[in-house]
Amino acid sequence: MTTTTASAPAGQRILHALGGIAKARETGILVALVLVVIAATARNPNFLFSTDGFRDLLLTPSILLLVAVGQAIVIITRNVDLSVGSTLGLTAYLTGRLFIDVPGIPIILVFLIGLLFGGFLGLINGALIAFAKVPALVITLGTLYIYRGINVWWTGSDRINASDMPKDFLALGTKTILYIPVLTIIAVVVLIAAGWYLRNQRPGRELYAIGSDPAAANLYGLKVTQRVLVAFVVCGALAGLAGVLYSARYGTVNSQAGSGFELEAVGAAVIGGVAIFGGSGTVWGAAIGAYLLFTINRALPILGVQDFWQRAVVGVLIIGAIVLDRLLALRQTRKLTEARDNDND
Amino acid sequence: MTETTTATVKIARSYRDYSAPLWRRVLLTRESAVIAALLIVILVASVSVDHFASPITMTYLLLDITPILLIALPMTFVIITGEIDLSVASTVGLSSVVLGTLHQGGMPIELAAVAALVVGALGGALNGFLITVVGLPSLAVTIGTLALYRGLAVGLLGTTAVTDFTEFWKDLAKSKIGETGVPSVMILFLVLAVLFAILLHFTRFGRGVYAIGLSPEAALFSGVRVQRTKFILFVLTGTVSALAGIYYTLRFGSARGDNATGLELSVIAAVLLGGVSIFGGRGSLHGVIAGVLLIGTLGSALRLASVTSDVINIITGLLLVASVVSTSVLAWLRTRRARPGGKTRATPAAPQ
Repeated sequence: MTTTTASAPAGQRILHALGGIAKARETGILVALVLVVIAATARNPNFLFSTDGFRDLLLTPSILLLVAVGQAIVIITRNVDLSVGSTLGLTAYLTGRLFIDVPGIPIILVFLIGLLFGGFLGLINGALIAFAKVPALVITLGTLYIYRGINVWWTGSDRINASDMPKDFLALGTKTILYIPVLTIIAVVVLIAAGWYLRNQRPGRELYAIGSDPAAANLYGLKVTQRVLVAFVVCGALAGLAGVLYSARYGTVNSQAGSGFELEAVGAAVIGGVAIFGGSGTVWGAAIGAYLLFTINRALPILGVQDFWQRAVVGVLIIGAIVLDRLLALRQTRKLTEARDNDND
Repeated sequence: MTETTTATVKIARSYRDYSAPLWRRVLLTRESAVIAALLIVILVASVSVDHFASPITMTYLLLDITPILLIALPMTFVIITGEIDLSVASTVGLSSVVLGTLHQGGMPIELAAVAALVVGALGGALNGFLITVVGLPSLAVTIGTLALYRGLAVGLLGTTAVTDFTEFWKDLAKSKIGETGVPSVMILFLVLAVLFAILLHFTRFGRGVYAIGLSPEAALFSGVRVQRTKFILFVLTGTVSALAGIYYTLRFGSARGDNATGLELSVIAAVLLGGVSIFGGRGSLHGVIAGVLLIGTLGSALRLASVTSDVINIITGLLLVASVVSTSVLAWLRTRRARPGGKTRATPAAPQ
């Protein structure tokens, strides 16, 4: 008797969880990603089944993944950070300079400095936005110019070459553990940590509350200013980490490194189902969105589409994703209204 | 004693908008501050920077900022309604490519230009449709169409460029009015600016634009056709961007897919600097035009003073940040002063 009552809910719970996974917004985008990979592999098996192809598939989007995760966290609080591309570029150059100016500097220290420096740039954004109560779009548009300007001013026509950086560091960009690139492992660890924190921890949940309705969150007693500030610091720190990885991956860093990343990151988050007006979406979705963006870029030439059309496809994807979100939201509202009316009867 | 002071403060507060004399209401605004900054930059540069005062500087300055000036006009409307359009630079690129490919295919420039304008209007209509009919946020939609329109532009032409435009049209884009050194394209801009200024400041449509920005629901209930107004604005933005694209193509004599990449940020920066609130409902065209001129003049003066373009970028960014932060700092100071006996104790001098 007791066993049946206990097992039935357990079974239901599993079914419920499976249903939740099937219905989740992220699943759709994951299916799209898998379809793209299958289509490209069917046309050219090397896309997946060669060492280089497999590694590239995992490796190339990892840097955008980090930036997109940070961006998603900020967008969930109903803000946006347009300065991530400039933060990435500035940190990438700083990484190179550290190796040149401080010979023999430990790699781990460089990573730490990159994180801290990115976090500091994010702190500037966050402080201006949270304390002066001005819109994130304007402030980060301003810091996009400022950080990039500082970068160009500092770099000039100079650039960091692969020969300026230690071999161990550059090896990080291509090294694999069990066929999985180290860069991807770093990105996925960050992703899991962020995903877990946002889903299971109180401050993480509060970010969603703030994004759904900042005024209500404030009245409820949430520390809105502090949470938004931290979200920007985290976003900056992740862009900084991405900057360090960028220099490890590409070896050369000029003053334009990472320009345009801000729109890619916002695009990845939007494709992954993060609502641009906050309060909804997951970092998982943003991560899959980042993979989809880059994988499509690589798959198009194989599928016989000239790679000039890449950006158009990306545009269609972004618009398709938000239209889909809108339709899903409308259906949800209708269902909830029906449920409420039924209850009232 | 204390009662009288609080009473006067209260009266002063409730009639604040009308209590100041006319000159203060006209001069102590965001727009006047931007115009003053523009005049100061021009004065200082004319005195201290060599060659800045020569007519050729002004000619090139105006030629360079014309696309931003043109697009800033409809963008002001869009931002006042509380929306945003990030796809304008991509529309510039797309219209440039349409003009180039059609002309290369043997179509006369006049017809190709009309086709480019139609494409721009269609692009704006797609933005407007997705935003007003489907009900999507404009920030997300126009990030999507930013990629889409740029992708179409690059896809159509690839890495090639169309450069065989007739000298007549290329010269027209660069021509000057008589001996003045003012580019002829400024006539086009002035006509458009006057039209847009009348539309924004002296028509019911324009008042509706402000009403939408302040509160879309209140606007709807007072009879403003919110969705239709927004749709028209996005079509206008697309069309004017296409016009800027045609000018851009003829001025540089080259139609390329990557023309004017990143221009959207310059336009938005200039509009916001000119006193338009990103929250909507506030701003005026003369402020915006002064904002565009301020960024352009500052850049031109610094370049002549052989300051490199990266420093100009830093200054543009700082101006933008300062312009929005100053507004909230001023508002904060005002609430502090208007609230004697509040949390922060008023200074003894304040009541007088």
